[in-house]
Amino acid sequence: MANVKNKNQQSGRIAITGELTIYTALELKDQLLAALSVTEALELDLSEVGEIDAAGLQLLVMIKQQAAVSGKALSFTGHSSVVLDLLDLSGLAGFFGDPLLIVRKPL
Amino acid sequence: MIPDEYLQTFVVECKELLEHMEEALLIVEQAEQDPEIINAIFRAAHTIKGSAGMFGLDPVVEFTHAAESVLDRVRSGEVSMNAVLAALFIEAHDHLKELIGHVAEGSHPAAATDSQGKILIAQLEAYLGETPTEQAGNSVSSGEMPVIQTANVEREHSDVVVGTDLWHLSLRFGPEVFRNGMDPFSFVRCLASLGSIEELVTIIDAIPAAAQMDPESCYLGFEISFSSEADKLAIDSLFNFVRSDCFIRILPPRSKASEYQRLIRELPEQEMRLGEILVKCGTLTREELDNILRIQSQHGDEPQRPIGEVLVEQQMVSSPVVEAALAKQKQVKDNKKSEAQLIRVDAEKLDELINLVGELIIAGAGTNLIARRAGMAELMESTATLSRLVEDVRDSALALRMVQIGGTFNRFTRFTRVVRDVSKELGKDIDLVISGGDTELDKTVVEKIGDPLTHLVRNSMDHGIEAAELRLARGKPAKGTLRLNAYHDAGSIVIEVSDDGGGLNKEKILNKAIERGLVAEGANLSDKEIYNLIFEAGFSTADTVSNLSGRGVGMDVVRRNIHALRGTIDLDSVDGQGSTTRIRLPLTLAIIDGFMVGVGNASYVIPLDMVVECVELSAWESGEGGGQYLNLRGEVLPYRRLRDHFDREGDLVQRENVVVVRYGEHKAGLVVDKLMGEFQTVIKPLGKLFKGEKSIGGFTILGSGEVALIVDVPGLMGQIEHEKEAGESVSMRRSGAV
Repeated sequence: MANVKNKNQQSGRIAITGELTIYTALELKDQLLAALSVTEALELDLSEVGEIDAAGLQLLVMIKQQAAVSGKALSFTGHSSVVLDLLDLSGLAGFFGDPLLIVRKPL
Repeated sequence: MIPDEYLQTFVVECKELLEHMEEALLIVEQAEQDPEIINAIFRAAHTIKGSAGMFGLDPVVEFTHAAESVLDRVRSGEVSMNAVLAALFIEAHDHLKELIGHVAEGSHPAAATDSQGKILIAQLEAYLGETPTEQAGNSVSSGEMPVIQTANVEREHSDVVVGTDLWHLSLRFGPEVFRNGMDPFSFVRCLASLGSIEELVTIIDAIPAAAQMDPESCYLGFEISFSSEADKLAIDSLFNFVRSDCFIRILPPRSKASEYQRLIRELPEQEMRLGEILVKCGTLTREELDNILRIQSQHGDEPQRPIGEVLVEQQMVSSPVVEAALAKQKQVKDNKKSEAQLIRVDAEKLDELINLVGELIIAGAGTNLIARRAGMAELMESTATLSRLVEDVRDSALALRMVQIGGTFNRFTRFTRVVRDVSKELGKDIDLVISGGDTELDKTVVEKIGDPLTHLVRNSMDHGIEAAELRLARGKPAKGTLRLNAYHDAGSIVIEVSDDGGGLNKEKILNKAIERGLVAEGANLSDKEIYNLIFEAGFSTADTVSNLSGRGVGMDVVRRNIHALRGTIDLDSVDGQGSTTRIRLPLTLAIIDGFMVGVGNASYVIPLDMVVECVELSAWESGEGGGQYLNLRGEVLPYRRLRDHFDREGDLVQRENVVVVRYGEHKAGLVVDKLMGEFQTVIKPLGKLFKGEKSIGGFTILGSGEVALIVDVPGLMGQIEHEKEAGESVSMRRSGAV
């Protein structure tokens, strides 16, 4: 199941673990917005996202836009392979603008 | 390979959908222009196409696709539905039914079927011809659901071809996509299996601000440029599942600039942004885009509208679209809800249940008997409760098998079709009036009477109803009327087929019967007997043998089928005014309420529904009637001693009783030794050995383990009448009995 772990209260760094999908979208939306509201700069650690779908991606877009609207800094880090795949497929990597670690796919 | 059970479900569903479609088409053909009905036809075609696509049944998809495209136009009001088009669709429906039939059997359609399909497709496509351009844009702005334009790609004159070899797909997913369990990216992955995705731009413009965003609604869209050898249908069919609530446009390679222009206009995003996306996708070059936008402004009614105005307009456009989409989804949901209240059950499981209930009743009767013998009041009380419950279980189990004769199985509706086809074939104008369609009847019976009924209906139309000129000459309306009616009566169901035609020609029938040696010359027959002669094998009075009837096979088969269901058939006719065929069938074939009587040492069961009253024999018996008739309160009642009839031995009793039974219009008395009361009876069929015995309908097992025979009242009465008429028909008729 998805969960948001607050790794470090001060710098506003949280990690999404487990599913980032339609099944968890509803609770994640509130958790993400709450996390963003209490900090000026939020770092979202995606390294433990085991599953992501379009609803999850949509959520990331939403929070990114919300951060831009409220003038806060938001970055995604440590994208897991499923997140990378979807960013690749959707062509949205540019939109998020986070540095991505390109993993060479096994041949 | 598709698992068989899925295919089975598909076939069953298709058949149901086709039935709905046929029903709707028949209404439409009567010049009924109800958009709801057109929608129903469209939905049926659409669903069939969708599921057929899932199973890879290309011929079905191809054919349904053509039909669907035309229906789509009818829906949007571009093509008007008239009798000609409806007739074409009815043919299309038949063809589709045949295709589905082949799917069910796993066989391949014959070449003739294929070519028939091609002809129909061509006829359908004729309706897709010249239509005003820009209709897709209109349909969006008029507040309807976005409609997928597939088969028809309108082209403008002097149009520039865009020089790309790539397909361009514009997808905007509806808000319910996630909730329907689908992931937009899975479509992208599917698409990748058909070719290669050159460029994909995810459209996130529709995602609202955080506060308004519903994380479970889908706001995504894609612009995809795609290289593939696949044809449009293959690409199109990928989106079958999301078609209803999504905006999907597929532009083939080398489409006209005007088509891109229209696409840009239709998409919800702003023109400039879309243009950029298309360029980014590699679908259009910068120059092409500039050209298109220039054409756009030239063609548009108001040149170069400020972007603000465009946006406002788009807002206005999108809200009715959303509303329509929501309304549609709600409707789909409601449909699903009512469907969910029905459960499909294997008929075999039901039969098993009925069998078990039968066993339960027998076992319960045994327990009752033991309780009574033991004389324990408490035990008797509890067995009484138990048997009441068992009775309830029996009733509800039997009710499970009951279906409305005109409802679920559309037995009656199917006749609308038969009447339509036959009247066309015969060139007669005939109205069908159906009543009592909600009368319930055992499912097995409903299934088995379909064919005999169809035969009767055809017969009435062919022989019964006269040609229009003759009807007018006889002072009747030119339009003939055929009536189907069903009702319950005395534990049986009666189905009537009546027409307002010429009636049966008594003389002709009698002559024919004498000619065929069915009746001896000079025999004195009642009208009814003469009419019923037409049920004899090899009998036909038609002067000419038509396609439909007159071959002399049929009526006897009808009668045999009805008899096999323990039913009877008879015929009434009034010269010049029409005739009525009446089928009488038992309500159920398995378990009945019986009335048990004793004769000698044996027990017999008479179906309780047929019992009218019981009287003591000595009170009514008198010398008159020669031991054949009773004077029942002034009524002449033929009677028969069951002891004599079944040749039972045993001690005579002091007070014999008469059970008065009624079947249809006939009444008769059965003299028995003992009245033993009501008894729940599980009918067990008799072996073949007893086939010749008309007066016994089966047997049942009593609580004590003994066997009791069930009296087949109609059969017994037939036998009594037969013997009686053979004996002294003259005296009987004078006394006016039966």
